[in-house]
Amino acid sequence: MHKEFLMGNAAIARGAVDAGLNVISGYPGTPSTEVLETAAKNNDGSLYVEWSVNEKAALELSAGAAYCGANSMVTMKQVGLNVASDPLMSLAYIGVKGGMVILVADDPGPISSQTEQDTRHFASYSKLPCFDPSSVQEAYDMIQDAFEYSRKYNTPVLFRPTTRVCHGYASITVKDKDERKTNKPEGFVKDSSKWVIFPRLSYNAHIHIEKRNAELSHEFSAYRKNEIFPEEKKGCKRGIATHGISFAYTTEALKGMEAPRILKVSTPFPFPEQKALKFLEGLDEVLCIEELDPIIERELIYICGKYHLDVRIYGKLTGNVQPAGENTVESVYNNIAEFMGFEPLDINPDESTPELPVRPPVLCAGCPHRASFYAVKKAMKGIKSVFCGDIGCYTLGNAMPLDMVDTCLCMGAGVNITQGIGKIEPDTKCFAFVGDSTFFASAITGAVNAVYNQADMTLIVLDNSTTAMTGHQPHPGTGRTMMGQVVDKIDITAVLKGIGVQTVETVDPLKLDEAVECVKRVSAQKGVKAIIFKSPCAVLIKPEKPVVIDSDKCKQCKKCINELGCPGIVIKDGKVTIERSLCSGCGLCSQVCPFGAIGGADNAD
Amino acid sequence: MQTNIMLCGVGGQGIVLTSKLIAAAAMEEDIPVMSAETIGMAQKGGSVFSFLRLGEGVSCPMFGKKSADILIAFEPAEAVRMLPYLKDGGKAVVNTHAIMPVTAALKGSNYTGDEMIDYLKEKVDDLLLIDGTKACEEIGSPKVLNMIMLGAALSRGVLPFDVAKIEQTMRNTVKPQFHELNSRALRYSL
Repeated sequence: MHKEFLMGNAAIARGAVDAGLNVISGYPGTPSTEVLETAAKNNDGSLYVEWSVNEKAALELSAGAAYCGANSMVTMKQVGLNVASDPLMSLAYIGVKGGMVILVADDPGPISSQTEQDTRHFASYSKLPCFDPSSVQEAYDMIQDAFEYSRKYNTPVLFRPTTRVCHGYASITVKDKDERKTNKPEGFVKDSSKWVIFPRLSYNAHIHIEKRNAELSHEFSAYRKNEIFPEEKKGCKRGIATHGISFAYTTEALKGMEAPRILKVSTPFPFPEQKALKFLEGLDEVLCIEELDPIIERELIYICGKYHLDVRIYGKLTGNVQPAGENTVESVYNNIAEFMGFEPLDINPDESTPELPVRPPVLCAGCPHRASFYAVKKAMKGIKSVFCGDIGCYTLGNAMPLDMVDTCLCMGAGVNITQGIGKIEPDTKCFAFVGDSTFFASAITGAVNAVYNQADMTLIVLDNSTTAMTGHQPHPGTGRTMMGQVVDKIDITAVLKGIGVQTVETVDPLKLDEAVECVKRVSAQKGVKAIIFKSPCAVLIKPEKPVVIDSDKCKQCKKCINELGCPGIVIKDGKVTIERSLCSGCGLCSQVCPFGAIGGADNAD
Repeated sequence: MQTNIMLCGVGGQGIVLTSKLIAAAAMEEDIPVMSAETIGMAQKGGSVFSFLRLGEGVSCPMFGKKSADILIAFEPAEAVRMLPYLKDGGKAVVNTHAIMPVTAALKGSNYTGDEMIDYLKEKVDDLLLIDGTKACEEIGSPKVLNMIMLGAALSRGVLPFDVAKIEQTMRNTVKPQFHELNSRALRYSL
């Protein structure tokens, strides 16, 4: 054992490796991404690591490995589980032979997600055991327990941290390399009565699962991570039931105060009923402090009903805890203050504070997506058109002044949303924007659907040769894998041609005139056609020298600022100025300037 | 002894790196550390913060308002934004160089940070202002802002180590050709 300073996600990966991990697969998504990346960094050659094309593929791969007796883990963010829910629901009936952990990171806030869905619901829906760590150390310890339970009950288990655990750092105690467990998979043993899902199997499995979960509820009541603080305290009338990072906030808020009885629920499903009964003993009132949905709250209400307990349960359902968004140390303090009857904190901002500049996330200086959006915008000026966006950095194309994202729903949705809009509004030019990684993840089937059903739309693939938003992971178009192999790139043009898209043109969006002409030419055709805007992510290439503004030629018209919204162009002392620390010299602004006042650094002297 | 540190600024200024360096120094001294910071989309030019907690008995990576012993702010408006976390009587080290967000540029705003500095002067007794841009020019690299800010913070005597300790940690993490440059940056405010 030794100490290390680790991010929660790194601790999860290290814990999994220390538990004898054989296979890890996943699809990048904040806040889950670093789990797989850390496992890859700690790969001594015995581990198979892959970024899969999407979460469904990743989960199926890990399931296959666990059918063979391997210890496998699949990683994703909460909305990724929606994509993987088809194999998940069936796998719950089939089970596994080895150990399999499905890591799903939830994102209260939400900070970087489309939804505030609660994976604890997916646990009860799929009837799979679920672990919910409250700290970095606990995440490291608990992932190892998760593998043990999975192997013991031959079932995949869910492991559900939230953003603040995933991205929190702490100095924690971890195993030395020689303390690591190893697991030698037995291999796949054919047995069609076990591995082939049929109605009869599902019926029998359902009976088995219900019985097992009743057992697990009992076993989880004795699980060391489901805890009551203090262990023994008589005469206590009030209690707080909490979980995850909210447990840490509760401890922080109650520092130095007479604390009520606290229940920390680390296994929300199957719910540790006996433990909860012990917690409720003698209490009059309980406050449930949860993030996302009131799951513990409903369980306690159910238990009170079942056992005829006269305990009042407060929380989100009674309006005593905020219904949405992240909890904070302050919000939890004030929830407890109201419950316990002590003075709340004054969290109103100081009124004399000067107005603060807002800093919404923007496309980076030099980002080729800015050029792509601008080219389409220019080409479609005055023409009735709709721009359906998708999930990735390019969602930021919605911001002013580009204002080029009319819809955004979920991964790959844009293609078929344009199709629907086009059916109702046939006089509208329909565009769907999709990134290269998203194209492979979930837009190919959409494109097949559009071609087959005779849609009239232009598919724009923003190909920056990486998965930029989540930190530059490789994908099928990059020619690299997480095992370090250099492989054949899957060619987006060939894919589109193969499914019957007749016109597929590739253009560099940073060559503005060519790009605008290309959009006009291609979008004028009927049917499904595609443009690939190909230019690498600005973060990954060595920047060119910053551009220079010729102060004699610049008329301060601010067209560059008002049309592009690039963070590399600012106003200093009333004048348009290049922010040299940000400008990557992409040259888009020099093509937009009507006075030819912006030039390359070399022309300046 | 617990020390709560709030680092803040704008994405790309090296806030997270600075936080990591302090944490690494603490680890070397066997001081328990916890931290939490902005990661992901907000890093693209957005407001970035890092909660850093050193010492025994810390159970939560974030702390509440009025809890930080020191605020290390790389940008004046960000200093004001995170000021509620500074405890009464806490110390602040602030870079006076303002970074204008794109939204402000679009609205034709002339945000310079001056009114932020005035506000900070009024609210914080122990305030050290650093012209980070000038300091970087004097040292000869725009990339040492974080070391300048960290050195300035060390001069306030709040962190549980001296500049020599941080220097040693820096040498363990930074390429040798940059040791001398970073040392000068760390010692700029001393």
